[in-house]
Amino acid sequence: MSDARNQARAVLEGPDIHRALTRIAHEILERTKGAESVVLLGIPTRGATLARRLAERIAQFEGVKVPVGAIDITMYRDDLRLRPARPLGRTELPAEGVDGRTVVLVDDVLFSGRTVRAALDALNDVGRPRAVQLATLVDRGHRELPIRADYVGKNLPTAKAEKVKVYLQETDGRDAVLLIKEDAR
Amino acid sequence: MKRHLISAGDLSRDDALLILDTAEELARVSERSIKKLPTLRGRTVVNLFFEDSTRTRISFEAAAKRLSADVINFSAKGSSVSKGESLKDTALTLEAMGADAVVIRHAASGAPHRLATWVRGSVVNAGDGTHEHPTQALLDAFSMRRRLGRLEGLKVAIVGDVLHSRVARSNVLLLGTLGAEVTLVAPPTLLPVAVETWPCQVSYDLDAVLPKSDVVMMLRVQLERMNAAYFPSAREYSRRYGLDRARFGRLHDDAIVMHPGPMNRGMEISAEVADSPRSTITEQVANGVTVRMAVLYLLLGGSEPAIGTSAADPAVQTVPGGEL
Amino acid sequence: MSTTILITGARILGGGPRDILVRDGVVAEVGDLAGTAAGQTVEAGGLIALPGLVDLHTHLREPGREDAETVETGTQAAARGGYTAVHAMANTSPVADTAGVVEQVWRLGQEYGHCDVQPVGAVTSGLEGRQLAELGAMADSAARVRVFSDDGRCVSDAVLMRRALEYVKAFDGVVAQHAQEPRLTEGAQLNEGEVSARLGLTGWPAVAEEAIIARDCLLAAHVGSRLHVCHVSTAGSVEIIRWAKSKGWDVTAEVTPHHLLLTDSCAERSPLGPYNPIYKVNPPLRTAEDVRALREALADGTIDCVATDHAPHPVEDKETEWAAAAMGMIGLETALSVVQEAMVDTGLLDWAGVADRMSARPATIGRLPGHGRPIEPGAPANITLYDPSVRLPVDPSSMASRSRNTPYEGMALPGRVVATFLRGRPTVLEGKLV
Repeated sequence: MSDARNQARAVLEGPDIHRALTRIAHEILERTKGAESVVLLGIPTRGATLARRLAERIAQFEGVKVPVGAIDITMYRDDLRLRPARPLGRTELPAEGVDGRTVVLVDDVLFSGRTVRAALDALNDVGRPRAVQLATLVDRGHRELPIRADYVGKNLPTAKAEKVKVYLQETDGRDAVLLIKEDAR
Repeated sequence: MKRHLISAGDLSRDDALLILDTAEELARVSERSIKKLPTLRGRTVVNLFFEDSTRTRISFEAAAKRLSADVINFSAKGSSVSKGESLKDTALTLEAMGADAVVIRHAASGAPHRLATWVRGSVVNAGDGTHEHPTQALLDAFSMRRRLGRLEGLKVAIVGDVLHSRVARSNVLLLGTLGAEVTLVAPPTLLPVAVETWPCQVSYDLDAVLPKSDVVMMLRVQLERMNAAYFPSAREYSRRYGLDRARFGRLHDDAIVMHPGPMNRGMEISAEVADSPRSTITEQVANGVTVRMAVLYLLLGGSEPAIGTSAADPAVQTVPGGEL
Repeated sequence: MSTTILITGARILGGGPRDILVRDGVVAEVGDLAGTAAGQTVEAGGLIALPGLVDLHTHLREPGREDAETVETGTQAAARGGYTAVHAMANTSPVADTAGVVEQVWRLGQEYGHCDVQPVGAVTSGLEGRQLAELGAMADSAARVRVFSDDGRCVSDAVLMRRALEYVKAFDGVVAQHAQEPRLTEGAQLNEGEVSARLGLTGWPAVAEEAIIARDCLLAAHVGSRLHVCHVSTAGSVEIIRWAKSKGWDVTAEVTPHHLLLTDSCAERSPLGPYNPIYKVNPPLRTAEDVRALREALADGTIDCVATDHAPHPVEDKETEWAAAAMGMIGLETALSVVQEAMVDTGLLDWAGVADRMSARPATIGRLPGHGRPIEPGAPANITLYDPSVRLPVDPSSMASRSRNTPYEGMALPGRVVATFLRGRPTVLEGKLV
């Protein structure tokens, strides 16, 4: 954005994100028969924010209070050695735990699938859910692992070199999804 | 780039806070039933202990194992070291084994610095002579922050044999970086020359310092110091600088008592003070593992470390001619 | 048939260009000697000519530690450094405490011929500080010992020191004291001060040196003897020596090149990393204040001379942790450069002053009549030609010493010894050993 050589295009604006989350919330309710025994676990940072928003909507629609939390996957990443050691995100499991529940993992962008793989490993170390599902705001394709989302806000065809950046009010001061093309140098 | 944790003074405020915050997250892992993380799978951590220190070695070993690193314990006893092999030869052996990090405890001040010039891996100082013990200072700061909620402006008294204490040196540097106000309390014989140049206050009078302190950290006093005339007798030392029940009563209600261990109960600290709920002595041990996990993760958990210093390149310190 | 060498255009003690004719080991003529026939001509345009340097304090390590240095390599290093005479310290193995050992060392020096080797005799048998060595026998030997020292150890027993000072009067000897109060320096590693406190290295207090110097000055005055103080390292020591000299007492003192240039902060900050034992030395490097006081004292003559305390150690004795490392640094081949850096380029000493402090005075203290004489007709032709105009990084691998423990590795120092003549015979030409 600050880099003039990059061209950023908003592919989702605030209202689009709002609508997408509303639809996902409905789909979760539908697919899990009223969100019974569902736990929403967001992957920090923005996945955790999205999980909280989904929980709010579910509460709005059905008056159900779905346990929500966050699971940090940093220590489970398979690309740790490719970048400097990074700060850890917060893991906050709801008091109900995950054993025997349907865990819906929530992330902002689904790309290679490696983050979700790490999240499944992390989840494995904290308990034994009955089932695990995946919700993502944007699916941009280019999977490198056999992983697919159960709930998708928007399917966004991208080139591999492009970047998708999600901004959320809580962390970034606004809601938007940008597609950033990096100029060939 | 080669990065190490050798001196608490090498840590910037951001570095130190990153370690404490990382440890805070890792503390949650320690609470769950599966305590192991896959993060350092395939990395080798060598515990190179030239001095007996079971508690520190076990703490580093647990930290490395919880991060799934391969751990090699190399203790000087029964090894070629006791047959006269030099530190350098030992270092080259470790290098050949592919150590990603070497945790070293050595009786000679500066041994970790020397080791760092001979190995490619990260060097973590687990106590060198009378110099430093940075992970102890980190776990002390972590314990204080957990108990008291902050470090900035905290008044910390460090009491005892400061002269020979690596714990005191590291704590003065780290707590200074983190904004705490440290007062060293000791008989004049157990304070280093030029201590007035350190970033802390100094007092000979424990009773004057206690009521103003949020944290009282008692240092171990070795009885052999008595024979070297640092103080007249254990009884006199205990009377003037020991933390007994009467002095404990003069602390304000939220103040905590710390000790890096091992303690001389009845000498620098009385048993009832050591065992009181305001003593952090046992949680210091648990926090030690967490903090050391954080350090190992931040040094080894990426393509390059997130903390510490690179090998500096200053000029030789000569007295320039122009100054005269 | 006589041997003649004509040295042309040399600046004697930094003065205008002069030619020096050397005949049969003696300076024959000095002046404008253009056209004078000579067996050999040495171009010395722009070079400073100094009387051959004399070192009062060299460790040649032979016998006993030939892995660190030998008389041969040590005197080669001396010649490369511009020296024509060195005093070989007694702490060898066996200790130079008998006529037999000092004669052996002296003869080795004569055989190799790179520079004169004047043995120093031990004050006490085996350097043990219990009983006087046979000082008279060493004085009467072929080696003609006049300087006695337990260097490396202090003659700390006051009675023994008094007796030694008295006894050597019989043959105009001098006791060169290594001033180090042993109890105050047990386990000592580095000058006691800010740096030692930060590094957690056992402090080596200045008072441990100063207390012994004060005591010895008083003892020397009391018995009317000569005292020489080795490697003065503190501002306080300088004050005591200044006071003793003001009383008219026969006290002389030396300072090492490294104490004129380096400070204890080298142990904390250097390109070689902290705690590098290359900087570990006895007495320890001190503070910048001490360095200033030592330079001033050398300039005003309170300190009589520069002595290298050349102390070779094999690499394995330095590539260790600080506390385990040997103490000492080599210095013969860098001494003149360091003195130029610390004293000449700072304007504290001119070249005549350098000749006085590095040749004339040490020769007088050591009672070497053939050395330290001005370059004038009739004097033995002990001459050093020095180029002060270059500045080169110090390269240990190019040194003649068998050891490599120089603290100046990689540092750029001024000057270069181009040639050294020992009684008219070149030992070094074009910077290379002959």
